Amino acid sequence: MTTTEKHIDPKLVAILEQVSDPEIPVLSIMDMGVVRSAVIENDVVKVQITPTYSGCPAMDVIGDDIKKALKEAGYNSEVELILAPAWTTDWITLRGRKALEDYGIAAPLDSEADKSVLLEGKRLVKCPQCGSTNTKLVSQFGSTACKAQFKCDDCQEPFDYFKCLK
Amino acid sequence: MKNENLYKYILGIADNSLILGQRMGELCGHGPSLETDIACTNISLDLFGQVRSFYQYAAKIAGDGKTEDDIAMLRKEREYVNVLLVEQPNTNFAYSIGRQFLFDVYHLLFLKELEKSKDLTLSAIATKSIKEVSYHQRFSSDWIKRLGDGTNESHQKIQSAIDDLWTYTDELFHQTGADKAMVKEGIGVNVTTLKDKYYHLVKNVLVESTLKTPESKYFQKGGKQGIHTEHLGYLLAELQYMQRAYPNMEW
Ligand SMILES: [Zn+2]
Repeated sequence: MTTTEKHIDPKLVAILEQVSDPEIPVLSIMDMGVVRSAVIENDVVKVQITPTYSGCPAMDVIGDDIKKALKEAGYNSEVELILAPAWTTDWITLRGRKALEDYGIAAPLDSEADKSVLLEGKRLVKCPQCGSTNTKLVSQFGSTACKAQFKCDDCQEPFDYFKCLK
Repeated sequence: MKNENLYKYILGIADNSLILGQRMGELCGHGPSLETDIACTNISLDLFGQVRSFYQYAAKIAGDGKTEDDIAMLRKEREYVNVLLVEQPNTNFAYSIGRQFLFDVYHLLFLKELEKSKDLTLSAIATKSIKEVSYHQRFSSDWIKRLGDGTNESHQKIQSAIDDLWTYTDELFHQTGADKAMVKEGIGVNVTTLKDKYYHLVKNVLVESTLKTPESKYFQKGGKQGIHTEHLGYLLAELQYMQRAYPNMEW
């Protein structure tokens, strides 16, 4: 039950790629890695998604948006929220990380570096505006549950950092 | 109910987070700074998220048609089984932080044990929650240090909050009938085994914060049996208002 294999019907990929996280519109739910499976059974699409943070209010919206996108493509669907295996930021694709950076959100570091940044105040997060790592933690909690607030000490811009979750 | 002990056990876990989440949520727009305000509401949101998973599971076990919302919103005061600590009011910011800290240390120890539960749903919720609660504990511990090792006034305020809230800490380690039954089945956490570690961890942070560890041996209890302090009723009045005024309303 802890398999991280994804079973996504190739016919559904393009449809699901149109759905994005309502709080980070540049990031499709496929690149975010929240879709764990999508299969067609007796003309009904069954989708399993996993929440990023447990309190993430975006999950309900994402569920509705998936149903809507599939409906427009001619499918009825059921969306199920599954908890195990727990979502990790490792499931964000390379394309997803690039989209985050372009949007002004620093992508998650690996878990060791993340800890030293969030718990020990090390300066490792790269500013999405100027690329400097002379950045400091302002608060472990940001505009949404998945982000922390940072400030760049070179270009002085504040920015969000997507916290590593593992 | 077939799995009555499991049902009660889940409520025992989830009610703590619901009530604490509501308390932290009360600070929305009232935090001492924007960042802190956002942090408090983020903690609240994490706790509510965890609560939803627990109540959804409880509703499934009860199988009587009631939903997570019914469990959260429509019980009477005596039916909530949260510990007294989490319902204590936001007297001032030091109280809010002291309450959060004294619960976070317990919460993280508890979840790390719950992760080993034979019940796969409880284990999965615990895994997810541990990541979030680690941030909570970090946040509240940092504030304990900042206030304790801060100005004379902040030191005095956090010391008196810790002194006052101390009386509610022992209850965290009391076992209910449902607890004992679930421990026997390898599902529940034996909270009595967490006690020494808890007080050790708490003391370390207090020492680092130049604060005194209270020596009082007088402890309050009753929350786990539904006997609450006078504060819970007011909290529930606000929490339940919409569902009581407009039954079955949806967002
Ligand atoms: Zn910069």
